[in-house]
Amino acid sequence: MKIRAQIGMVLNLDKCIGCHTCSVTCKNVWTSREGMEYAWFNNVETKPGIGFPKQWEDQEKWKGGWVRRSNGKIELKTGGRLKTLANIFANPNLPEIDDYYEPFTFDYEHLHQAPLSAAAPTARPRSLITGKRMEKIEWGPNWEEILGGEFEKRSKDANFEAVQKEIYGQFENSFMMYLPRLCEHCLNPACVAACPSGSIYKREEDGIVLVDQDKCRGWRMCVSACPYKKIYYNWQSGKAEKCTFCYPRIESGLPTVCSETCVGRIRYLGVLLYDADRILEAASTEQEKDLYEAQLSLFLDPNDPEIQAQAAREGVPEAWIKAAQSSPVYRMALDWKVAFPLHPEYRTLPMVWYVPPLSPIQSAANSGVLGMNGAIPDVEQLRIPLKYLANLLTAGDEAPVKRALKRLLSMRAFMRERHVEGREAPEILSEAGLSTAQVEAMYKVLAIANYEDRFVVPTTHREYAENAFDLKGSCGFSFGNGCSDGVSSDKSLFGKKPKIIPIKAV
Amino acid sequence: MIHDFLFGIYPYIAFSVFILGSLIRFDRDQYTWKSDSSQLLRRGQLRLGSNCFHIGILLLFMGHAVGLLTPPAIYHELGLTTESKQWLAMIAGGVFGTLCLVGLILLVHRRLMEARIRATSTSMDIFLLFWILATLGLGLATIAVSLSHPEGGVMLQLASWAQHVVTLRSGAAELIVAVPLLYKVHLFFGMTLFLLFPFSRLVHVWSGFGTLAYLVRPHQLVRSRGRGK
Repeated sequence: MKIRAQIGMVLNLDKCIGCHTCSVTCKNVWTSREGMEYAWFNNVETKPGIGFPKQWEDQEKWKGGWVRRSNGKIELKTGGRLKTLANIFANPNLPEIDDYYEPFTFDYEHLHQAPLSAAAPTARPRSLITGKRMEKIEWGPNWEEILGGEFEKRSKDANFEAVQKEIYGQFENSFMMYLPRLCEHCLNPACVAACPSGSIYKREEDGIVLVDQDKCRGWRMCVSACPYKKIYYNWQSGKAEKCTFCYPRIESGLPTVCSETCVGRIRYLGVLLYDADRILEAASTEQEKDLYEAQLSLFLDPNDPEIQAQAAREGVPEAWIKAAQSSPVYRMALDWKVAFPLHPEYRTLPMVWYVPPLSPIQSAANSGVLGMNGAIPDVEQLRIPLKYLANLLTAGDEAPVKRALKRLLSMRAFMRERHVEGREAPEILSEAGLSTAQVEAMYKVLAIANYEDRFVVPTTHREYAENAFDLKGSCGFSFGNGCSDGVSSDKSLFGKKPKIIPIKAV
Repeated sequence: MIHDFLFGIYPYIAFSVFILGSLIRFDRDQYTWKSDSSQLLRRGQLRLGSNCFHIGILLLFMGHAVGLLTPPAIYHELGLTTESKQWLAMIAGGVFGTLCLVGLILLVHRRLMEARIRATSTSMDIFLLFWILATLGLGLATIAVSLSHPEGGVMLQLASWAQHVVTLRSGAAELIVAVPLLYKVHLFFGMTLFLLFPFSRLVHVWSGFGTLAYLVRPHQLVRSRGRGK
């Protein structure tokens, strides 16, 4: 057993209001740079829909993630090492920028400079790649917002697998939910495995997956290998870039920007301890439906004194072991089992987890009669089909999702009885398998969601590994080549600064 | 005089700049070291063009290295006469050269005609493509000239020039005084590619060979503080 710690995230989809504050704050901090205009380290999708980039979940098309071969070994879906290298001159599985969208701006200056005219001047769209006028903007990062577009197109959503989807095209049966997405900082990352230069790595101390910008050569294999399509190729710098999990903030004990700014307070950050020796074994689990349980089995109980002792022996700082004991992620994923990994069937063992959303009762709208199952509404009659959620979160296994929804519903019913009726109703909890104490804890974390309960982020103890004195005066954090002490400048012999396309009204 | 410089001294200048320039850039400014792919902006002709071009040019490079640097005694030992070796060189060079040319034309067309690629190209990108095109065209043209002297004399002169140059023997330039001009221009263009190498995206060739390490490295990479970097 080898114990490692990881900062994980949980998103409570039941509370996501789809405001995109996470995406916008993330963009402002991380990707408002040339070549990255089209990239969204964090984006929010309306589901059902094909998402961003188009149909990212269709792995027959994009070949992301891992597949298990008949001999029990896993291999990248894009192919083994030799095949990866054979594709190095042109990657057959690389999306084109139009699969994301062509980045654009508007001729704002024209509004100031236009001469007096009968019609009001307009700011017309202009491509940020060519600088030319775009006649029509045909796709964007959130084109399907609130079920925008035809059902015909949105129904290509891969999560409709084994769902009779036609009826959900009818207005009375339509359903929707929001899915905020970011890099999963997987335990078995496919991007790392696909990188021919070995520039992508997972940090031992907190599990954050990063691209070494100096070592990246722009072979683009990671873009294809990541099944979540969360590695972006910066077409200006020629390097792969990805969500950094705001590591400069995490190191200082602060939540990521997307978590900090979430107005719905749906995001949680916490430490998980796991057994790094069993990663491959778990990722190679035969049945896709067992992958969720296999991943759960990797996590170690931070309250077990033996685990604590061994973690300390293996160099996990005490603050981290302490943080693991009050980790909201551990409680939601392991204790209450209400949070699930996104698409475990990709075999990457993702570490950004989701609490499935509750939805209105399907039949209530039709007949006015609530389908009840004991004291709580029948989970089967929720408007969002269970199978759809299961395809998203548990490789199609409905039972764990059903259990989680039941727990969320019974928590609501129990607390409603207490606060509205002034009555203790422990019988509501029995079917969901919860105790009163558990529900109170769930209520505190999920419903009240105080800042200190949502974010339990220990600071990084750099002084253990590095001599802080040597770091004095060194380059802290910078974009691009900012930390280069080399010969680079605008007049450098090597690699001139790429041209910047002037955006001008004509 | 100019001949002596171009074929006696210039090879060493080009080679020194190639090695030292690459080293300095790698050491001091690695962020600028990349393949600079434009595939994301437009797939189109890239897949066919890039594959043909790269496979062609790599085989041409290896063909030149083996063909020029193998001492005659060795291939005679293997039963290859000078004459048949020249035919081998002409045929292999012709096939791979054509493959490379087809790819290169597709790439040039794409770079110039595709608005997105054109707008994001540096002047070095475009200059380099045409320089390689010229080098390749000259090289293919020498095949026609070689047909007029199939006995392999010119080939021997060029090979012994190359062998003199890489083994640091003096008098290399004199060996190819009599070689037709076309070959000399091709040599100049080829050597200049090495001179341009550290200052252009060509540096990714080093990394291309470097990716062979991928075949043996473990799938997962974990860095810890202190040990990483």
